[in-house]
Amino acid sequence: MSTRGRLLAWIAALYGVALAVPAGLFMLLAAGLPEADAAALMRILAQRTPALLFGALLLLLACAAAVKWVLGGYLTAAQDLAEHTRLIQSANAALRLEAHGGPLAGVAAAVNELAEAYRGLQRDSEARAAEARSRLEEERNRLAALMSELTQGVMVCNADGTILLYNEQARMLFAATDVAARPPLVGLGRSLFGLIDRAQIEHAAQRLERSVERGERLPSARLVTVTAAGRLLKVQVAPFLGAQARLGGLVLALEDVTELLGRESQRRSLLQLLAARIRAPAANIRAAAENLAAYPEIESRRRTQFIDIIAAESRTLATTLNDALREYADALKAALRLEDMRVTDLLEFARLRIAGALGVATELDEVDEELWVRLDSYALVQAMVHLAARLRDEYGVRRLELRARPAERYAEIDMAWSGTIVASDALTQWELQPMEGGAEHTPLAVRDVLEQHGGEVWYWSEGVGGLRSGGFRFLIPGAKRPGVAVRAGGVAPSRPEYYDFDLFARDAVPAALNEAPLVRLSYTVFDTETTGLEPSAGDEIISIGAVRVVNGRLLRNEVFEQLVNPRRALNPDSARVHRIDAATLRNQPAIGEVLPSFHHFCEDTVLVAHNAAFDMRFLELKQASSGVRFSQPVLDTLLLSAVAHPSLEDHSLEAIAARLGVSVMGRHTALGDALLTAEILLKLLPLLAERGIRTLGQALEASRKSYYARLQY
Amino acid sequence: MAKKVLIVDDEPNIVASLEFLLRQSGYEVHVAADGAAALRQVQAVAPDLVLLDVMMPEKSGYDVCQRIRAHPEWSNIRIVMLSAKGREAEMTKGLSLGADAYVTKPFSNAELVARIGELLQERGSPGGA
Repeated sequence: MSTRGRLLAWIAALYGVALAVPAGLFMLLAAGLPEADAAALMRILAQRTPALLFGALLLLLACAAAVKWVLGGYLTAAQDLAEHTRLIQSANAALRLEAHGGPLAGVAAAVNELAEAYRGLQRDSEARAAEARSRLEEERNRLAALMSELTQGVMVCNADGTILLYNEQARMLFAATDVAARPPLVGLGRSLFGLIDRAQIEHAAQRLERSVERGERLPSARLVTVTAAGRLLKVQVAPFLGAQARLGGLVLALEDVTELLGRESQRRSLLQLLAARIRAPAANIRAAAENLAAYPEIESRRRTQFIDIIAAESRTLATTLNDALREYADALKAALRLEDMRVTDLLEFARLRIAGALGVATELDEVDEELWVRLDSYALVQAMVHLAARLRDEYGVRRLELRARPAERYAEIDMAWSGTIVASDALTQWELQPMEGGAEHTPLAVRDVLEQHGGEVWYWSEGVGGLRSGGFRFLIPGAKRPGVAVRAGGVAPSRPEYYDFDLFARDAVPAALNEAPLVRLSYTVFDTETTGLEPSAGDEIISIGAVRVVNGRLLRNEVFEQLVNPRRALNPDSARVHRIDAATLRNQPAIGEVLPSFHHFCEDTVLVAHNAAFDMRFLELKQASSGVRFSQPVLDTLLLSAVAHPSLEDHSLEAIAARLGVSVMGRHTALGDALLTAEILLKLLPLLAERGIRTLGQALEASRKSYYARLQY
Repeated sequence: MAKKVLIVDDEPNIVASLEFLLRQSGYEVHVAADGAAALRQVQAVAPDLVLLDVMMPEKSGYDVCQRIRAHPEWSNIRIVMLSAKGREAEMTKGLSLGADAYVTKPFSNAELVARIGELLQERGSPGGA
């Protein structure tokens, strides 16, 4: 029952009693009177009705005043007591009740004693937790030290490609050389797929999953990627195990091999390239020269012809040499992609991709488990898918068989079909087209892929009539089986478990963001400083500060902080608040440059601000001029605080901070306020959960209601 | 009657030398500059041996070789592939497609003539001298 209801009930009860007393006395008096006297009494009463009614009204007011005086303060105080006791239990055990007068003073004192005891217990468990944390911290620091010592970049991601851990080197490898470029960022909770092509990673993950299932020791895959800044990275991918010994995530070791292009040790590919180019002109020169030498009596017209050939081809040689040197880099890039792989695995991928992308039934013939090849499996599978697509589209081939056998230093891989005759020069055309299969496109052709491998492909056919069968035969350089494959029960039990592993339980992409639990979301908590309070009257942003909150953790290293040139005079009133002087701002970029960077920083997160409507209004007004729109969901800590404590009035940052036990430092800088807001957000989440608000959708809905409730005040 | 050799190559600078060399060695020489012309010449002159360059625009030497081998009546024609590509994979491909020899550029004139002589001697041909 509400306070008002309670008060009304008490008033009614008291009034009832107050009326009953004179009524009872009157009845007692009237009971024994003779009839005439009784009639006279009634008459007198009837004449005095207005006075009686007035008396009754006065009595009611007196009762109400009495009840309000006696109980009003008591009930409010009781409610306040309950609210604060809940706060002590859920958010701030150091909070103490203020002294109340009356009978509640004892309750308040008892609650305070209980709070003291509770705080003691909490300190105890905090101390134990701190001890455990410091051990964990120590391990984490050791790991961090180890990772920072590595010259390689290291990133760890879960099976969905969310980054869980990275070192500074990894961040640097993907960093922009040009500030305006805004490359994809390395950060906790950010997606690996923004950095490296999703298909490449998925291909590696599938390979590793096979290796894990097979129980191989130390399986790894290799790929090469180009960063937004144009660096060439060699990436070694290793799996680690999650629940039920399945693939839990990937460890990526990154190495910048851009510089390798110029290194002495990589001359081999240049040599190969040169050999291929020089043979033809050298042959022309040699044949002509040998003719001149072998037939001295040659007629002079012929002699001149051969001498001209030698001169022309010598010039060709020089040009060829220069061209080859230029193309050397590309050839080397291709060579970096080659890795050793089991042919059965290769064919299994090809089978899945051909069936998946093209709907062509593909069977796998028995293949020697110990047959290995050296290849860029991603590119070769793409080549096979391309040819299968052409076979399907131009010849209606809907069933393929894949088989392989060793052929001296090569593996012979057949993609075979039966009952269809394919023109013998069809392959010649298809292998020169840019590869296309399923949804993927690339400028490379099958021929390019085979050149990179030092491999070949040709068409063969045998048999007659309807029994005729044919196939494409790939010749791929063989490789030695690397290491020893061990089938072990529990694989790699010594893998360390770091922080943030609960990220693994996360859904890849929340089916609907609305349904996503608040504690699992990625947030950008931000604040702006402005020239004044009226954006529509020309006030401008002069500073933006933001910090990321991922999976319930405040990431103090992943911040955004930028002063902005407002291109207008500062209002002295606000200048007193933020203490930024005009001279500092003159050298800063304008909002049109800053907002796109900030927008990039906020990608795929929920925005959070205190009194967000104010900041969002500024951002919205800049939408047209900056060309970026902040369309993600927005949470307001002011509204969330009102949702968590509907009966409390003050929801300023300071008041909430004091209530929830967050220490206030560095206020009135955008980043300082953003950090404070972020800490408050983290404290509010459990309070909201107590009220049954656990998802983003619920929080937005409750905020909306609270907003309208506040408007009515 | 002199044995007939068909030279198939799109590079006039090698054709000139080969043509001269093989004429001097006593063969009847025919020349085709691309794959399609080569197949027409095979039909028209029925050569004993085809000296076939691998790298040609349009129809490659491999294609021409495969076409010739697809005709049973041409099974006696010897095929020598000439290639600027010296990798094992290409040689294997050439021989798999039915070439009798695979010669990598640059080659020695004397050795090439010797190899051609061997091939024509080895099995002989119905229209031989």
